[in-house]
Amino acid sequence: MKYLLMLYADEKAGAQIPPAEMNKFMDTMYAYEAALTKAGVFVSTAPLRPTTAAKTINIEHGELKVHDGPYAETKEQFGGYYIIDCPDMDAAVSWAAQCPAATWGKIEIRPYTEYSRE
Amino acid sequence: MSRDEASQTAERVARESYGRLVAYLAARTRDVAGAEDALAEAFATALRMWPAEGVPQNPDAWLLTVARRRQTDAARRRHTRTAGEAHLQLMADEIDDAAQNPDEIPDRRLALMFACAHPAIERGMRAPLILQTILGLTAQDIASAFLISPATMGQRLVRAKGRIKDAGIPFNIPDREALPERLDAVLEAIYAAYAKGWGEIDGAGAPLAEEAIWLGRLVVSLLPTEPEAKGMLALMLYAEARRAARRDPNGAYVPLDQQNTAHWDDWQIDMAETLLREANAAGPSGRYQIEAAIQSAHVARRRAGAPTWPAIAALYDHLYGLTQSPVVALNRAAAYAELEGPDAALALLDTLAADKRMADYQPYWAARGHLAARAGRKDDAHEALILAIGLSSDEAVRQYLYKQLEALRDG
Repeated sequence: MKYLLMLYADEKAGAQIPPAEMNKFMDTMYAYEAALTKAGVFVSTAPLRPTTAAKTINIEHGELKVHDGPYAETKEQFGGYYIIDCPDMDAAVSWAAQCPAATWGKIEIRPYTEYSRE
Repeated sequence: MSRDEASQTAERVARESYGRLVAYLAARTRDVAGAEDALAEAFATALRMWPAEGVPQNPDAWLLTVARRRQTDAARRRHTRTAGEAHLQLMADEIDDAAQNPDEIPDRRLALMFACAHPAIERGMRAPLILQTILGLTAQDIASAFLISPATMGQRLVRAKGRIKDAGIPFNIPDREALPERLDAVLEAIYAAYAKGWGEIDGAGAPLAEEAIWLGRLVVSLLPTEPEAKGMLALMLYAEARRAARRDPNGAYVPLDQQNTAHWDDWQIDMAETLLREANAAGPSGRYQIEAAIQSAHVARRRAGAPTWPAIAALYDHLYGLTQSPVVALNRAAAYAELEGPDAALALLDTLAADKRMADYQPYWAARGHLAARAGRKDDAHEALILAIGLSSDEAVRQYLYKQLEALRDG
């Protein structure tokens, strides 16, 4: 069963972190990825650039509309994700609880909808 | 007695009385959820009133009187409904019986614990079930330490109680023959609750450690001749005695060998030593007694500088022979590192490397990283420490390991 772990954090506060401290955070995130890989649950991950770099689009009456910024303005922004493959939600919660980002932000865990292909 | 202490005492008495009454009612009706429902409001009222107004002279009688009054109210309100009426009537009769003579209510808590830790109950639910039925803890109280949402924990508890009823799990203390194995399940559940609480200093789990110790005491008082019950209680007390020493003033993790022994709680250690002596005198040595003996040896080593590593290693040999547990193998290797050096210990760890469960077992990688660093095997140490950091869910432990990693990179 695949789960998407969506990492939310206050990106303004994140931008204030001194580089040395930031390196340490990145090290622990790398360590987390290594642990996921070793346990065979890792699928993929990516850090995202701040929401100032985001564009939101939709098509209204056949016309493309492009907005600067994220779809929803929230206090904490979606800043990166992990996709993991593990047996059930309990296991997914347990893995998410081990993610260092859970100590400075929030992690939303979303199970994949699984379609059977006949 | 300070106000906090007074309210803690009141809460303890309320839980004690509540657990005894739930056990008594459930043992008569086989209906754990019904017994809890019958007492829920009375118990909530007691938790609110007793800390402020003092504990009543006969707590059981107080709870039963309130429960009886509430139940009559509920029955009157539900007058027109027939569903559940028979069940309500049965529970009301039971409460009436008990209220006649509250002084003579037998303590069936041990029987209830055996029911909760019955082989027909899913292993992972045994500890939560005991915490709820015996101590009256809510799903909310329990859920976080078990990394489960309160709603899910609530559903699972309901299901487990249904199972006690449907599977006809008996409410009794197993006979001599079956006792060791069944008691082991009870002890395992209590120790699991303790382990959940031990890892955290003031996180959600910390109160669980205290509750588990209280349950351990209860089992010892109800089964005073069982050495393993004493061994487990001693083991928990040794660990609990060091709680304050496990963090420095900045909240950083401090391993056993660097702890300031002045911060250890002498009172709890003395109690553990007494229990361990009694346990060893009374019968054959089981898993918990050996683990407690190892803790005792650590205490002697750190406090008086006694050379107890050979004894510790020998106890781990014995324990490993008994359990074949990879967790024990790991601790055994750590003991041999002190006795014969890090390379010998790493050789012992290599025998574990093929075990799939080690892939995401944090203590394995932490030990491996620590030993490899001591042996000067830098690449191994680096890889293991990275994995150990990635597998830690405790920020203080993560920081501690990160310092080791930095030392390795600088050195």
